[in-house]
Amino acid sequence: MAQMTMIQAITDAMRNELKNDEKVLVFGEDVGLNGGVFRATEGLQKEFGEERVFDTPLAESGIGGLSAGLSVTGFRSVMEIQFFGFVFETFDAIAAQMARMRYRSGGTYHAPVTIRSPFGGGVKTPELHADSLEGLMAQSPGIKVVIPSTPYDAKGLLISAIRDNDPVVFLEHMKLYRSFREEVPEEEYTLPLGKADVKREGSDITIVTYGAMVHTSLKAADELEKDGISAEVIDLRTVSPIDIDTIIESVEKTNRAIVVQEAQKQAGVAASVVAEINDRAILSLEAPVLRVTAPDTVFPFATAEDIWLPSSKDVVSRAKEVINF
Amino acid sequence: MEKTKELQQVEEQFQTFQILDEEGKVVNEEAMPELSDDELKELMTRMVYTRIWDQRAISLNRQGRLGFYAPVAGQEASMIGSQYALEKQDWILPGYRDIPQIHYHGVPLDQAFLWSRGHFKGGQMPEGVRVMMPQIIIGAQITQTAGVAMGLKKNKEDAVAITYTGDGGASQGDFYEGMNFAGAFNSPAIFVVQNNRFAISVPVEQQSAAKTIAQKAVAAGIHGVQVDGMDLLAVYAVTKEARQRGLDGNGPTLIETLTYRYGPHTMAGDDPTRYRTSEEDDEWEKKDPLVRFRKFLEDKNLWSEEDEDKVVEQAKEDIKAAIKKADSVPKQKVTDLIEIMGEELPVNLQEQMEEYKEKESK
Repeated sequence: MAQMTMIQAITDAMRNELKNDEKVLVFGEDVGLNGGVFRATEGLQKEFGEERVFDTPLAESGIGGLSAGLSVTGFRSVMEIQFFGFVFETFDAIAAQMARMRYRSGGTYHAPVTIRSPFGGGVKTPELHADSLEGLMAQSPGIKVVIPSTPYDAKGLLISAIRDNDPVVFLEHMKLYRSFREEVPEEEYTLPLGKADVKREGSDITIVTYGAMVHTSLKAADELEKDGISAEVIDLRTVSPIDIDTIIESVEKTNRAIVVQEAQKQAGVAASVVAEINDRAILSLEAPVLRVTAPDTVFPFATAEDIWLPSSKDVVSRAKEVINF
Repeated sequence: MEKTKELQQVEEQFQTFQILDEEGKVVNEEAMPELSDDELKELMTRMVYTRIWDQRAISLNRQGRLGFYAPVAGQEASMIGSQYALEKQDWILPGYRDIPQIHYHGVPLDQAFLWSRGHFKGGQMPEGVRVMMPQIIIGAQITQTAGVAMGLKKNKEDAVAITYTGDGGASQGDFYEGMNFAGAFNSPAIFVVQNNRFAISVPVEQQSAAKTIAQKAVAAGIHGVQVDGMDLLAVYAVTKEARQRGLDGNGPTLIETLTYRYGPHTMAGDDPTRYRTSEEDDEWEKKDPLVRFRKFLEDKNLWSEEDEDKVVEQAKEDIKAAIKKADSVPKQKVTDLIEIMGEELPVNLQEQMEEYKEKESK
């Protein structure tokens, strides 16, 4: 087994699928010769040729339309949006076109497109590079939204995303790209979409989270343990659809929960998780389910982001609020 | 705006291509496409049929029996002529008005009616009929056409992708992006802009400072042509040429057809008298595509009143039968929609499926 960073695991997943299925295409801005601005597609054009891995003109809506059109001619597109803040340019292609391909064709056409894109705060990017916009996607019917938190998960989930016969938005947190390595099998493997993973077992409180906040929450769980509080950390891995069963099973055990997300508070994934818990397990709860989120402002680029982003301290104090309710 | 001589020179290159004038006389003999007498009659048949279909559709809509409908009268030459230049293996990516083209590409009338009604079966194209569902978002079909054309090229197919939009559609960013992508990848695509002078109510002069829409091809580095959209032979000829250009690896083509819709934008309450004068309507009706093609055929002794009556009767009969067939399709249910949201149903939809099965069984 090899030690890989998340970005290496992502490249490895694309290489695997380019090898595995000649209908897989990888394209976007700077993904060819340059190997992507984060080197996610490093070496792929050289290995698979310009017909399979290529640069597009600089136009996100065009890239989305290209993917939707390629779908009906039998191709499986892995398109990159260079930064997810640029998704607004191609929101129609994703949410109104690919996501509705089955519905609009009465179930006869489908759009097997993977939309890969970096996002996430903590790396001091310019404006509209770091925003957490998964909530917008999660509210659009017909799309799955996947957000891995580890190299191992990234590879298995990305292979599943590429093989999925419907559009999958695959969001890669920039802070996690090279923050650590772990063992990742060189051979292929898949992880199911729509399935959460219990990253740490615990008995006193459930912390439901995803993306970079998994690591923030794990750090918080270590802190809580020092105070004798045993926290279970659930990594959603897919934020649409949400793995409700895993959450409920945990909450029925711990009777307490908080939800942690990097995105702003209003609407969004955390709100949805809270509602699901209320719908299904309210009688198991000893306290209200609270959230740790960013404030409802736009993402503040660079200078204020350290305060803006939820921290492990925020998670600890919110968890204690729930414990001491 | 005062335009420089250089700009004027570019704009003047885009002259309207015509074969048949308003009197049905051939004004451009050397451009006459090779079409047999039977084919010429077939083309007239299709235009007459489409005109009757349009009239019936409007009245069915008024009776509340059709649903969404965007009238096509006036645009028959532009629609029928361009589609006739295609082959079965070509893909059509239509806008919501482009139902005649997809019908002649293999979509049955009853299915077109189901699509009008918003029934999910309306979007189920018959096996082997290469048609995308009529697009509602203006311009979205144009970037998709770049994708379909790229796919056809990668698959080494002897086929092109054609898409349709209107003069308003040419203002969308997706219009330029689609043309630019197809040009950059040298894909076999044809972009047809049916310039019927009004984007709902906004006149084409207010859409752009460009003198023609065809000239917008220059910026994308692809071929552009403006054609008399009331002249079926001219539309057919330029589309045929564009198709061959694509297949020969010489890139996509933008075709601007100058045409007019006699009716309202759609049947959902648009009143053209608010933005068009009756003088303008009259002026365009003189250019009518059926009138001039009929004259052309009559001069060749290829068309008679009996021929025309036969087509009219056939069209009425077919439409009656198609509506009956569409009526016989069971009403769509929410559970039908849930089923086609994805290959597999996620937990939330599985639960909602049960909920709606229960609700619909009552």
